[in-house]
Amino acid sequence: MQFQENKSTLKVYPKDTEKIKKIWKTALIMALITGAEFIMAFTMDRGLLLYFLFIVLTIWKAKYIMMDFMHLGDEAKPLFYSIIVPLIFLVWLIIALMKEGSDIFLLRW
Amino acid sequence: MSAQSTTIEVSSKRGTWGGGNEPFKASYGKLMMWFFLLSDIFTFAAFLITYVAIRVSYPAYEGSLEAFSGSNEYWPVPELVFEALPFLHGVHAPLVFVGIMTFILISSSVTMVLAVEAGHRNDRDDVVKWMLWTLFGGITFLGCQAWEWSHFIHGTEAGTVMTYVNDLNRVVTETVFGANLIVNEYGPASFANLFFFITGFHGFHVTIGVFLLFLCFYQAAVGEYDRRGHYEMVEKIGLYWHFVDLVWVFVFTLFYLI
Repeated sequence: MQFQENKSTLKVYPKDTEKIKKIWKTALIMALITGAEFIMAFTMDRGLLLYFLFIVLTIWKAKYIMMDFMHLGDEAKPLFYSIIVPLIFLVWLIIALMKEGSDIFLLRW
Repeated sequence: MSAQSTTIEVSSKRGTWGGGNEPFKASYGKLMMWFFLLSDIFTFAAFLITYVAIRVSYPAYEGSLEAFSGSNEYWPVPELVFEALPFLHGVHAPLVFVGIMTFILISSSVTMVLAVEAGHRNDRDDVVKWMLWTLFGGITFLGCQAWEWSHFIHGTEAGTVMTYVNDLNRVVTETVFGANLIVNEYGPASFANLFFFITGFHGFHVTIGVFLLFLCFYQAAVGEYDRRGHYEMVEKIGLYWHFVDLVWVFVFTLFYLI
């Protein structure tokens, strides 16, 4: 009785191999970016150029997670913008706190 | 059954200005998950940007990597702090363990998308299979983080001689082992404090995520979502899980690479 009720009544659709392939491809790209970050961490000199490259690669990975894994790109445009546009406030926070931090550095050292 | 399914189409009972119009074309639950995640993005961004601000207020380490020793005069080089592996005592393996952790979390994010994809097809067996893999990845990640913290707190065998203000407000010079909130052998006190606070807050999110994943796995396995007529819960919990991965990508870059 229990088992009969537990049986799915929904129509099960066949696998969309195209979609699944795309997921694995994104996973591969993310693994490659992370691998590249590792190689750069050991081969390049520490400095502003390296940090800049790390941050660019991180944001690139974040884009893959948000667009392909969280499907934000497939949502309606107003929803997409209501998530992305508020992030502009972070630009100010970065500028303000970087300035603050470097001023403390000048005072202290 | 149909009354419980996700209604994305316009409700016939309400007019365009009475809530009948849905410009976002997403269900209430999914929409609220997105806005919760937006607020969480701000919380984590505030933490991480604070990390950067405090970091630039300290000088960087200038000497050669071989001669590095911890000091609260400058910020430590991360690859020389996080260089231990479980079961391999004394082996210098910079960033290897944290690389494995990153790989585990990204993999569990991939299995989560596969679960969401299976949910779109109402394929219960596939959902259960991929949820289980995701759950496995999440628990493994938490275990790794527990080891990482434990190693960070206990520190190296040699320790570092530090001059600092102790909890009785006295200046002392002594050998420091590991890390706590007052002093640590790696660098300035803020270094350990930020590490505990930010990776701790992230770990807390992962813990909640593991509970949610288990809930989702269980409900899918007993056929709850079939009764509801849709697998939207997999999608919502998936959003949360991807977010945890997203934050880790930034934590990884700021704490371990830069």
